[in-house]
Amino acid sequence: MDLSLSTRTVGDRTVVEVGGEIDVYTAPKLREQLVELVNDGSYHLVVDMERVDFLDSTGLGVLVGGLKRVRAHEGSLRLVCNQERILKIFRITGLTKVFPIHTTVDDAVAATD
Amino acid sequence: MATVELRFSAQPEHVRTARLVAAAVARRAGVEEAVLDEVRLAVGEACSRAVGLHRSHGLTDPVRVVLTEEEKVFSIEVGDGVPGPPGSGDETVPGMAAVLDPDVDGEDEMGLAVISGLVDDVEVTSGESGGVIRMRWPTAGGQDLP
Repeated sequence: MDLSLSTRTVGDRTVVEVGGEIDVYTAPKLREQLVELVNDGSYHLVVDMERVDFLDSTGLGVLVGGLKRVRAHEGSLRLVCNQERILKIFRITGLTKVFPIHTTVDDAVAATD
Repeated sequence: MATVELRFSAQPEHVRTARLVAAAVARRAGVEEAVLDEVRLAVGEACSRAVGLHRSHGLTDPVRVVLTEEEKVFSIEVGDGVPGPPGSGDETVPGMAAVLDPDVDGEDEMGLAVISGLVDDVEVTSGESGGVIRMRWPTAGGQDLP
């Protein structure tokens, strides 16, 4: 399965819906998408991972890279994820302390702190 | 003798194939269904790391994956062809460090952190002929590793 990406704007937030597998092969596409959004002035991103089937450290690295980019513009990068097998990867790398992780897109879009 | 041995050219698109093969062989060997996700992820991490090493060192050799069903244990070895000093290889940078350290790109550094967080029985070795990541999981009928 390949990676699917779509974006939409909700208020001042940009929601990136990701589906499929994020691995060493597909992660560059996600990186390009995040870089493009930041370059176009979208600094408050919500990455919806509910339709992600697989995530590895390459994908984590891309998300970390995205976070660094938006932070450089005092922006934010929030994740939406309820899947235990995906959440586990964030936990074992300590990244749950770095990314705000929400259960719904609405929650993530409304969050301010 | 290996149950299944896989060699693939060091291209990112083949890592998924290695994951699928490893998970299929692990399932047949009796690795618990709940653990197969971990097997898939750990093999993917090890293969991604090997692919990255081969590409960054300009190696054309294939990456090796050896899947072996032993009594009560299923083992996977992922070997790269990049020589290193014996005993080295543990250059794990946890995810947090990748975020906090502006010099760390993060993408190449978290693979071993994920593997060591996922797999209880893992060994990373490095020698003149290259590095090897060995991982083992118990199979049905044998909960304790020797």
